[in-house]
Amino acid sequence: MKNPLDSLWGTVISGLVLTVVLFYLARAMMGA
Amino acid sequence: MTSDFVLYGLGRWLHIMAGVMWIGLLYYFNFVQVDALKAAAADTPPTGAGITKHVAPRALFFFRWAAVVTVLAGMMILGDRLDDALLFKERAYVPIGIGAWLGLIMLFNVWVLIWPNQKKILGIVAATDEEKAKARRVAFLASRTNVMLSMPMLFFMSFSATFHRALLG
Repeated sequence: MKNPLDSLWGTVISGLVLTVVLFYLARAMMGA
Repeated sequence: MTSDFVLYGLGRWLHIMAGVMWIGLLYYFNFVQVDALKAAAADTPPTGAGITKHVAPRALFFFRWAAVVTVLAGMMILGDRLDDALLFKERAYVPIGIGAWLGLIMLFNVWVLIWPNQKKILGIVAATDEEKAKARRVAFLASRTNVMLSMPMLFFMSFSATFHRALLG
């Protein structure tokens, strides 16, 4: 599988996915 | 002049200004320079020398020191709540704690992975062609990792003040 960070769009999409994942993690850590 | 003004006025101002320079240059490298240098290398004769010799070293100077100022100013703003944020001791500090950790990882990437390898690529320190090729790959992936991390980092930085209220009422 190709490294998504090799392409600019792969990097941006990875950043968006990571933002969503961390948002839900933060929410869970805050007990929401 | 009250300490609040220094911390939350000047401190935040410095944090944002240095952060704009750091992340602005990070985006310049990734959204502009990488592809521009690829195109310049394909020119006959190659035309990228001006960028690598004159632009990149200056950009990297402001890039790496702006990263330090951003993180130090951020720590100054957090003050004695720094451990609440970094150790996730209080739930109100979870969002800014996540943002701070992302910023610290990015600072590590700048000083430990990007800058030492860029010195080899730009000829500031001696390196064989093989070492340069390896350095290019490591610096590139560390830089792209920082672009990826900058997205949630900026989300948590900008939203942290209202995150608690928005989610928990």
